[in-house]
Amino acid sequence: MAEPQRARPKPTPETQHFWDGTKAGELRLQRCDACAHVYFPPRPFCPSCASRKVSIFKASGKGFLYSYVINHRPAAPGFTPPYAIAVVELDEGPRMMSNIIDCPQTPEALALDMKLEVAFQQLDDKITLPVFRPAKG
Amino acid sequence: MRKNQVAVVGAAETTELGIIPNASQLQLHADAALNAIADAGLKLSDIDGFATAVETPQQVCHYLGIKPTWVDGTSVGGCSFMLHVRHAAAAIEAGLCKTVLITHAESGKSMIGKAPRSIPADSLQGQFEAPHGVYGPPSMFPIPVLRFMKTYGITHEQLASVAVVQREWAARNPRAMMKDPITVADVLNSRMIAYPFRLLQCCLVTDGGGALILTSADRARDFPRKPVYIMGTGESVETPMVSQMETFNSSRAFKTAGPLAFREAGIAHKDVDHLMIYDAFAHLPLFGLGDLGFMPYEETGKFIADGNTRPGAKLPLNTNGGGLSYMHSGMYGMYALQESVRQMRGIAPAQVANAKISVCHGVGGMFAASGTIVFTNER
Repeated sequence: MAEPQRARPKPTPETQHFWDGTKAGELRLQRCDACAHVYFPPRPFCPSCASRKVSIFKASGKGFLYSYVINHRPAAPGFTPPYAIAVVELDEGPRMMSNIIDCPQTPEALALDMKLEVAFQQLDDKITLPVFRPAKG
Repeated sequence: MRKNQVAVVGAAETTELGIIPNASQLQLHADAALNAIADAGLKLSDIDGFATAVETPQQVCHYLGIKPTWVDGTSVGGCSFMLHVRHAAAAIEAGLCKTVLITHAESGKSMIGKAPRSIPADSLQGQFEAPHGVYGPPSMFPIPVLRFMKTYGITHEQLASVAVVQREWAARNPRAMMKDPITVADVLNSRMIAYPFRLLQCCLVTDGGGALILTSADRARDFPRKPVYIMGTGESVETPMVSQMETFNSSRAFKTAGPLAFREAGIAHKDVDHLMIYDAFAHLPLFGLGDLGFMPYEETGKFIADGNTRPGAKLPLNTNGGGLSYMHSGMYGMYALQESVRQMRGIAPAQVANAKISVCHGVGGMFAASGTIVFTNER
């Protein structure tokens, strides 16, 4: 029997650009053309002012560690505990759930507010996940 | 809504609580409903309004043999029943129905006749949270707590004391699942679940149910039990994704629902004799005390650690033992409501002497929704 797999996202028409972006090595966000609000998760209108005129842009990929847990049990399929489930606040404003790589999964190493940068983890030929690592320098 | 126009005239939990291997979830709904109907001295045919969550109203109504003319299937997680109370009170006042039955039941532990919860891969949660390893509430609900602790200077010991104090209440309650005393050290040495939370800071997983019956305050006088009036109500929702909350320093849903209920009731915090704050995990009472405006967030941890919510202290909180020690079937809001009603009737196992106003605050999902009810036993 195959190992249980990590949950795989299934894109919808509204989110396809995001997953096309991660596959191409870009973290894509959306900005409202009317009020300049930057938002996530993806949708084809502005959740702040309801304008349908919105643009997709490549985000800096920089942010900081807003909060996290280190999950011990029960572990999600495809994960080896303990592993951190993090919420990253991006420099552009939105927050997203992610994982922290290249960093011990300990309270000592995972300091709140530490600077992070995006990295990309390919799951298969369709899906690449955005993850984050401690920023260099 | 006008205050004290509608009252709880029937309230009961399932005959058994805890581990119930001999009943389906649907039967637990019926058991709770029949107990509440007996408590109110009514017949099934007297019920003309019905509300429930997770199970559909048609499922439970058909099983019970109820023929309603008003139904509410609001299902926003564990505080759904607070919202049902609010909606039912409005419906009774508007004349849409006379006698509303609200049921909850969950075979949370035994999983008999209960569909497992699943997250569709093409939902926003399935795309933007599940792939990062969240797996059930223990991995999700505590995600805001490290930020909350850092912002307000809350300590691990203070968060552990929430479980310790609630166990003191549970020790006074024969129906509580966990009654043995615990210490802060016991909590901090219990098995790690999702840092910073350990086993004793996470809710129980049990089977059970409960039901309430509401009618107009004018009719309530003719019922066998002391009426418990709905003095104020509030509700809101924020987001199904914990990662997308506006901030981890408070809950927008709490801050909306709580003050709405206080305003409607026309009460100040010093008027509150008894308080329930849905405690799926140990940080929720701290969020609740702050978001409902009882004190600045910075003081919430110290307030509980200093014993101010213990038996005999000034703000009795979660007096049944809470989701941490009493029971938690998955949607605990109904049990918080039941304890508020018992306190207002004066029949709680750990009764607060002369309590006249009880505030019952619920959460749904991971800070996704909230409902607050202010009860009183004086009209």
